[in-house]
Amino acid sequence: MAEYLLIESRDPFESNDVGYYYDLARGLAEAGNGVTLFLVQNAVFAARPSAEAPKLRALASSGVKILADDFALRERGITKLSDSVQAAPIEIVVDRLEAGHKALWH
Amino acid sequence: MSQKTFAIALMNPPYESENLTTAFRILAAMAQRGHKINVFTYEGASALAFAKQAPHPNPVHGKNLAEENHPTTKDQVAALLALAAKNGGKVDWVNCGMCVDERGVGEFVAETRRGSPADFYSFVEAADNVLAIPTR
Repeated sequence: MAEYLLIESRDPFESNDVGYYYDLARGLAEAGNGVTLFLVQNAVFAARPSAEAPKLRALASSGVKILADDFALRERGITKLSDSVQAAPIEIVVDRLEAGHKALWH
Repeated sequence: MSQKTFAIALMNPPYESENLTTAFRILAAMAQRGHKINVFTYEGASALAFAKQAPHPNPVHGKNLAEENHPTTKDQVAALLALAAKNGGKVDWVNCGMCVDERGVGEFVAETRRGSPADFYSFVEAADNVLAIPTR
């Protein structure tokens, strides 16, 4: 079992590729790996209670930990998050890299 | 946490993508912790440390140079190097040689250097972990 840090930077309402990245996260988790999905930049639009919420809820149910960059949330005035997402500082990336998680950026 | 060595690849050119804002925030967090950070800048990112970048006023908003306080990536690179050194770490910032030649940006801020993808290979081999931030 490996630990993965998947960083998503794209807005899911702008890029259909985001869904494939969610699928990758789910597949890795269902294969028994530890997976953190960290939403940065416009990817944090998915963290709002919105049409994306059921997708993230399903992802969390599969074992993926979903975090959203607190700086990106503040920049965009997002204060309310869907129940499957937690705000986190950018230092979480360094924490995970220090711990040897395999990191991917999308 | 003991000192770690990270290999970072950047590809975005200055002043275009939020990827660099996030990248510099991650790099700063690493530097705060005193890690060794090896950065390879490829393609457009090779201009990040270009020494002739200059801040500008903003006549549209009626702001002079000081009021606009326009950040340059060369200053951000220099600040990153200073922050790492202050915390016991070190940054080896490599600018892809062919990329800077193509762009005419071969004059770098102090303590960054010219290199090649072979440097990135060496960085990866020596790293505790790797983060590559591509363009779209």
